[in-house]
Amino acid sequence: MASQKDSTTIDRLDECAQAINVAKIRADFPILGTAHRGKPLVYLDNAATSQTPRQVVDSIQDYYYTKNANVHRGVHHLSQVATDVYESSRNKIAQFIGAHVGCEIIFTKGTTEAINLVAQTYGRKHIGKGDEILVSHMEHHSNIVPWQMLCEETGGTLKVVPIDDHGDMIMEEFDTLLSERTKLVSIVHVSNALGTVNPVEEIIEKAHALGVPVLLDGAQSAAHMPVDVKALDVDFYACSAHKMYGPTGMGILYGKATLLEEMPPFHGGGDMILSVTFEKTVFNTLPYKFEAGTPHIAGVVALGATVDYLNTIGMDKIAAYEAALLDYGTQALQQVEGVKLIGTAKNKAGVLSFTMESAHPHDIGQILDDHGVAIRTGHHCAQPVMQHFGVAATARASLAMYNTREEIDALIVALEDVNKVFA
Amino acid sequence: MSDSRALYEQVILDHNKKPRNFKKLEGADHSVEGFNPLCGDHFTVHLNLDGDTLTEITFEGSGCAISKSSASVMTTVLKGKTRAEAEALFEQFHAMITADPDAPVDDEALGKLRVFAGVREFPVRIKCATLAWHALHSALTSDDNAVSTEE
Repeated sequence: MASQKDSTTIDRLDECAQAINVAKIRADFPILGTAHRGKPLVYLDNAATSQTPRQVVDSIQDYYYTKNANVHRGVHHLSQVATDVYESSRNKIAQFIGAHVGCEIIFTKGTTEAINLVAQTYGRKHIGKGDEILVSHMEHHSNIVPWQMLCEETGGTLKVVPIDDHGDMIMEEFDTLLSERTKLVSIVHVSNALGTVNPVEEIIEKAHALGVPVLLDGAQSAAHMPVDVKALDVDFYACSAHKMYGPTGMGILYGKATLLEEMPPFHGGGDMILSVTFEKTVFNTLPYKFEAGTPHIAGVVALGATVDYLNTIGMDKIAAYEAALLDYGTQALQQVEGVKLIGTAKNKAGVLSFTMESAHPHDIGQILDDHGVAIRTGHHCAQPVMQHFGVAATARASLAMYNTREEIDALIVALEDVNKVFA
Repeated sequence: MSDSRALYEQVILDHNKKPRNFKKLEGADHSVEGFNPLCGDHFTVHLNLDGDTLTEITFEGSGCAISKSSASVMTTVLKGKTRAEAEALFEQFHAMITADPDAPVDDEALGKLRVFAGVREFPVRIKCATLAWHALHSALTSDDNAVSTEE
């Protein structure tokens, strides 16, 4: 099979693999050396969650063994140590996505909470009866439901930009739907179900021309391409650490300071106040206004270590390698009988969503599991996408920087087996 | 954990490929839908009763090999059975597929249904194997309400 792929693709893949030293990266991820069902693990479920390198896990241990104290509180030395490592992580993360100042980075549980934060604060304040929020047909449920809940409450309306049969947003429709009634555009940067990379520069420029702020759901972009929120001039950007080789339960919301300043707080509690009396509470400054309660300090430290790790490899090189791997995987999949790719956008990230004539996605996933190949099957929390393509579910292989050509070949062998079992 | 060859018995693969009684039953006494929203499986079970006896049972819809073959096998074993017999069989079937993988299977009571014993090793597939049965249960016991695996 591999021999039938065009040699330029393979050459470029090997070149990119050398550029980031995939073998060295793999050695940093202990789980990639484990076996499942007696077969070496081939982990292709990275859009669901990515694996974590030793350096990041070590940072968590180091934090708890040598630096653990509550932040922003104690006069004792250890509290200062914890606060320093917490705030220096915030700055690292800010730099990683191109934000100039740390106070524009709000720590959350993940992308979902970050979007809910914007809906419940910015949204409640600015989106009322007759106002519209613009999303696309390819959104994850986490960029649909918070807006529906908001609209239910405030009388706003959710407008949906349709997609075409490749999984590209129809920009003419976007142009038509974007109007003076639009109060926010909230769009996925990279689709988790299709891999589509949306033309976010164009979207932001057009929205800003009408004075409309833009939120990007960056859950699937942060770890796979360089992101520069200042260059994009995006107003809000949300992502999750666990899809970036970092810890679970940790994410960020980037917001322009000018917007965050005038937004009401999200949760009330400790750390988000300057002073409290029963008559009046004065809220804290950014970013603390949005960080009530003791934060996930170890998670923040670990995300800082994750960013350090990614910086040593280089996001440009990671993106180039994953693009080459996607090309190879796309060609390989198309040679398997009965495979139909769902999501063939012009600009795609490392997501291979597909169906097979011989088997239901659930059964594909089951047989692949026998081969140690881990993929996701189902609707990927994007049921409107499934409805658009007229399928109940897809099988999805999603790539990361540590995946290899050999792993794609293992996927293909497993898919050939699916065809044999369900012949 | 075991290989999924234990799951995909030849009989199951055969019923998946050539489902029996796979059609709409016009004017059926009962028609009940079953959904599994997580994987999108969706079947409708139709049946006719003569007094207490299932005189006709068919199904339609789509889903994975386990849910489809289970619905198909179900229709073949239930035709001619009474309500009580059908309910008893569902109980035995359910008990079998949720039992410990090493527990003995009552071949005599379960008959053809024993081919689903492999499901015991794959707990996430229990919902697939029981989807049509839950729809049947709804049709026999009461209300003909659609059933969902996630309620």
